[in-house]
Amino acid sequence: MTKKEFKVLSPTAILGYGFPESSFKRGIEKKPDLIAVDAGSTDPGPFYLGAGKAFTDREFVKRDLKYMICAGVEHKIPVVVGTAGGSGADVHLEWCRQIVEEIAKENKLSFSMAVIPCDVSKENVKMAIDEGRIVPLAYVPELTKKDVDDTTYVVAQIGTDPIIEALKDGCDVVLAGRCYDPACFAALPIMKGYDPGLALHMGKILECAAIAATPGSGSDCAMGTLTEDSFILEALSPDRNFTCESAAAHTLYEKTDPYHLPGPGGEINLENCSFKDVGNGRVEVKGSKFVPTEKFYLKLEGAKCIGYRTISIAGTHDPIMIANIDKVLQEVKDRINVISGDSKRSDNLFFHVYGKNGVMGSLEPNPNVKSHELCIVIEALCPTQDQANTLCSVARSTMLHYGYEGRVSTAGNLAFPFSPSDITVGKVFEFSIYHLMDTKNQVLFKHRIEKYENGTRK
Amino acid sequence: MKRNIIEAAKVIRSKNSGPYELTFDIMFKSKEYFEHFKENKIINKKMFAELYKIPEEDIMVIVWFAPANAVKVTIKRPISSGAPGETDIYGAQQHAPLFNIEF
Repeated sequence: MTKKEFKVLSPTAILGYGFPESSFKRGIEKKPDLIAVDAGSTDPGPFYLGAGKAFTDREFVKRDLKYMICAGVEHKIPVVVGTAGGSGADVHLEWCRQIVEEIAKENKLSFSMAVIPCDVSKENVKMAIDEGRIVPLAYVPELTKKDVDDTTYVVAQIGTDPIIEALKDGCDVVLAGRCYDPACFAALPIMKGYDPGLALHMGKILECAAIAATPGSGSDCAMGTLTEDSFILEALSPDRNFTCESAAAHTLYEKTDPYHLPGPGGEINLENCSFKDVGNGRVEVKGSKFVPTEKFYLKLEGAKCIGYRTISIAGTHDPIMIANIDKVLQEVKDRINVISGDSKRSDNLFFHVYGKNGVMGSLEPNPNVKSHELCIVIEALCPTQDQANTLCSVARSTMLHYGYEGRVSTAGNLAFPFSPSDITVGKVFEFSIYHLMDTKNQVLFKHRIEKYENGTRK
Repeated sequence: MKRNIIEAAKVIRSKNSGPYELTFDIMFKSKEYFEHFKENKIINKKMFAELYKIPEEDIMVIVWFAPANAVKVTIKRPISSGAPGETDIYGAQQHAPLFNIEF
């Protein structure tokens, strides 16, 4: 090993969430060996992957990247971005690449950048289905070839290997498509010979930056320092600390089982992991192990378009209607089926009733409505936008004037905050692929290199 | 006398663990509370299933995580995140029934 310590600066939980300039500067003063950021998540739902759109704001992504790339180029610190554009398909990667190109031009920067596409061709996935190499994750249906065809973009969460290949080529900046969150933090230290279990576990915590500190924040910097047999976490703002509890608690976050964290090619095993307070708001973690699996599995993700949505937001303050809300809503649905001459028309209609079970839906344990007013979001989800507009409109007008049993207020049943009352939302997506693929150890991802000289792409 | 879990827990939260699972974390205020809940199996599949009115088979795993004095329960999401009928894309507001736990 060439160095005793390896420092990783994680500026923010998601590229585009922002960070204080003072924290970033404090991080740079500590002379990090790597600046890395995770730019993505499936948390915002299937739309962003399916539609090829970013869930973060372009201006803020550019702002964050500008700090990282300018500092990286000036101090010769590699910069690695994982899951570019939020979902990491080629379309997201290109969106982010153009932002980097703008930054290079505007700041007349000279550097080389590796771009790693992480899309998997539909042919490859279908071949894997034929060869029995696709395994659904828990509660996910078996993957069919039709699902693959219906999916807009199929991405794989890549591990550290493709990033290491790019870094070996001496690239100053690595922009990767869909990545296993810890990979962008762990690739360079693993390449330099640090323990993969520690590097990945540190990456798992740093991918959320200061969320894992206390008080937590998704828009502040954190630093991890790898040593031969441990890693140390520290916050970079004086009003935050890492504590054993905050670091350990973060290990639980968004995970099924905190002792076993599966990723590409294996799992991080935390059965012998310990957290120790080493003073000054720093925590030292030891004992995390990487345990490879027999077969090399990658996680595939994809979403398909299932129709178009139109919504209308309304409220009611009528105690008689509120007392009978379930019955009223069912009768409105029945009435729509009658009017449209289609007994299934209202299957495409959803009522989100806030004040009753709008937040928990089927998991709501409280059967009684206690609110004095309810918000009803009418949602129509149909094969075309025109159909969704029509269904939402009919549902809104029917509910507004519906003469439910015991009705006293005969002028109108709903209060609308907006005119127009109906909002055309557009395409709706659903996750269609969330499966493991046995790669048979094939190399599926290859980076390409772009060189910039004084801001001009060569 | 029965006491409310709020006396013993400092964090009670829910969140997606991927688009097909929902995971609940309860972090206790002390090692003692953690051990008390663990030894007495106060959080168990049967009570959790009753609390959320779900079948026990939908509870994937209950893990007691000593480093954080925490217990984690992961269940099947009623639908995948964002599917028709969704109410909580991030799954971050499904925790409130846990406030009814007593010990």
